[in-house]
Amino acid sequence: MTIDASRGVQAPPELVQLLTPEGERVEHPDYDIDLTPEEIRGLYRDLVLVRRIDLEAVALQRQGELGIWASLLGQEAAQIGSGRALTDADMAFPTYREHGVAWCRDVDPVKLLGLFRGVNHGGWDPVEHNFHLYTIVIGSQTLHAVGYAMGIQRDGAEAAAIVYFGDGATSQGDVNESFIWASVFNAPVVFFCQNNQWAISEPLEKQSRIPLYRRASGFGFPGIRVDGNDVFACLAVTRQALRNAREGNGPTLIEAYTYRMGAHTTSDDPTRYRVADELEAWKLKDPIERLKAYLFKNQLADQAYFEAIDAEADALGRDVRKRCLEMPDPDPLAIFDHVYAHRHPLMEEEREQFAAYLASFEGSEGR
Amino acid sequence: MTTLTLAKAINEGLRRAMEDDPKVLIMGEDVGKLGGVFRVTDGLQKDFGELRVIDTPLAESGIVGTAIGLALRGYRPVCEIQFDGFVFPAADQIITQLAKMPLRSLGALKLPVVVRIPCGGGIGAVEHHSESPEAYFTHTAGLRVVACSNPADAYVMIQQAIRCDDPVIFFEPKRRYWEKAEVDTSPEAAAGWPDLHTARVVRPGGDVTVLAYGPMVRTCLEAATAAEEDGRSVEVIDLRSLNPLDTALVTDSVRRTGRCVIVHEAPVYSGFGAELAARITESCFYHLEAPVLRVGGFSTPYPPSKLEEHYLPDLDRVLDAVDRCFAY
Ligand SMILES: Cc1ncc(C[n+]2csc(CCOP(=O)(O)OP(=O)(O)O)c2C)c(N)n1
Ligand SMILES: [Mg+2]
Repeated sequence: MTIDASRGVQAPPELVQLLTPEGERVEHPDYDIDLTPEEIRGLYRDLVLVRRIDLEAVALQRQGELGIWASLLGQEAAQIGSGRALTDADMAFPTYREHGVAWCRDVDPVKLLGLFRGVNHGGWDPVEHNFHLYTIVIGSQTLHAVGYAMGIQRDGAEAAAIVYFGDGATSQGDVNESFIWASVFNAPVVFFCQNNQWAISEPLEKQSRIPLYRRASGFGFPGIRVDGNDVFACLAVTRQALRNAREGNGPTLIEAYTYRMGAHTTSDDPTRYRVADELEAWKLKDPIERLKAYLFKNQLADQAYFEAIDAEADALGRDVRKRCLEMPDPDPLAIFDHVYAHRHPLMEEEREQFAAYLASFEGSEGR
Repeated sequence: MTTLTLAKAINEGLRRAMEDDPKVLIMGEDVGKLGGVFRVTDGLQKDFGELRVIDTPLAESGIVGTAIGLALRGYRPVCEIQFDGFVFPAADQIITQLAKMPLRSLGALKLPVVVRIPCGGGIGAVEHHSESPEAYFTHTAGLRVVACSNPADAYVMIQQAIRCDDPVIFFEPKRRYWEKAEVDTSPEAAAGWPDLHTARVVRPGGDVTVLAYGPMVRTCLEAATAAEEDGRSVEVIDLRSLNPLDTALVTDSVRRTGRCVIVHEAPVYSGFGAELAARITESCFYHLEAPVLRVGGFSTPYPPSKLEEHYLPDLDRVLDAVDRCFAY
């Protein structure tokens, strides 16, 4: 007996693409986009800066300053394209890898590091940024996004929710339930799946025999596959899906077809399960290189511009590093904070006992 | 005798179980080529093939639910849950089906499913990667719950768990995965294996009994060594099995020493230690010189890793409890 679940995945992808890997602009009948040179340069800047933040975080982890880091390398266009499609009123629900979306939501990159440095479980105010906390349990946040969208719907607000998740996450019950809820309640939500081809060591064939975007039709809403390394296409497709949601036309599943160019996290060793050729092939589709080629060819930016962006990126990297190192260690008694909204006798009792215990070591060795 | 890490000892135990019984399957996320994130299943897919070592879709409820189906069909699945905090999506299948289906069938059905869970903290991880969820499972009748603490036991216990016709929740102390010890892997040694559900005195002593399991056994042994310098003789018991519990060994010890400290990483409040303390109080009341004391995590969610050294019981916290025992 053999098991071959991979057949369906080989089906030719119907991919929305507006910018080829070579940096050629192509037309699409349904999803075209008109961007000013200023806006295009802005997207380029975003891509470069988030890649730089990510590189710095990887380096900080290597030097022992972070416990772990989940790199977004290769997924910048999917995140910036979709992130820049959001209005201030829209609400985003990330996984643990959405550093680029966080950037679009004006979350200070240093705040992202807290969780990975082990000083907190998520250090930004989700309400201030309309950017929810990172969710580590795979798929859970998809239901939260749908519920949030049901709230938007009841409020009659001009807004939508977007939820990020990976290819692996599509297997979770929660994710499938979220599709059902969104469909049945016609919730104003966009499901943004970054298919980076891998769930740690498991390739997409372990999760699906059909392209992921086609799952949507079974749940009763549109699904669309977009070139996840094409920032124009990601922006155009997400804008359209968000608009549909806000206008009462219900959910959309977007599959951003991309590639995890780095390890799953800094703890992972991808050489154990994937071949180097694959990475080389995807490097030719790099999201930043293609936009740079486009800008250059169309004389929307010159060498001096690129150098200025690189310099800005380096300065940002240095700043992120400096402020990461300055991040204070949390107070041990903070363990008891924020567990409950109201006073709680057990928290008070244990905090008091622990404070006394800590005090008993003062002046002595140890601790 | 060979020297093995705890992770490798489980790996060898799994390998032996798969060789012994072609019905044994391994299933989980990343257990195949990668060999699991802790490499516990390293090399098994290469040697036993993809039909027996299964990289599953990313869904814990699916892993346990299909393991139940495979067990109904005569297989003996060993499920790997990648981290303690990710067993909860499978909680429904474990609690409503795995634990109760045999009873529902009036004994017609057996579910020899093992659910392996790397547990506990101390590895500097992010949220959901350091939890000690054993009490949820000891509270669920129908499940056997065991926790290994060292390579030699792990090698034996995993094989016994797989041979057991009841479902077994098998806790592995992840921060001890890399600790090494001598393991007797010879087939002859099997005759001398203790029963899966026996506890063991890992350090005899006369003044106080310290009960621990999983990652805390080593911590308690270190505390016992330190206590000796203060002239206190601490008996350390590795419970090994939480359900069923080796009550006789525990009560014998406490009746002898008259004092008992229970140590686990899980929060004290409604933790497994509460069951132990109540039982010991009931059965050793007239022998006790002091109340049974519990040392554990705070009754809060597991903190960010910079604070975990404060949260986790350590040598000092164990000694502090031992001292308090003598203050009565
Ligand atoms: C419920 C649950 N199970 C397992 C894990 C461990 N885990 C973390 S990331 C990951 C793979 C996720 O793959 P995918 O959804 O494709 O997202 P990606 O990491 O590729 O962005 C797994 C199995 C988890 N975080 N949550
Ligand atoms: Mg993925």
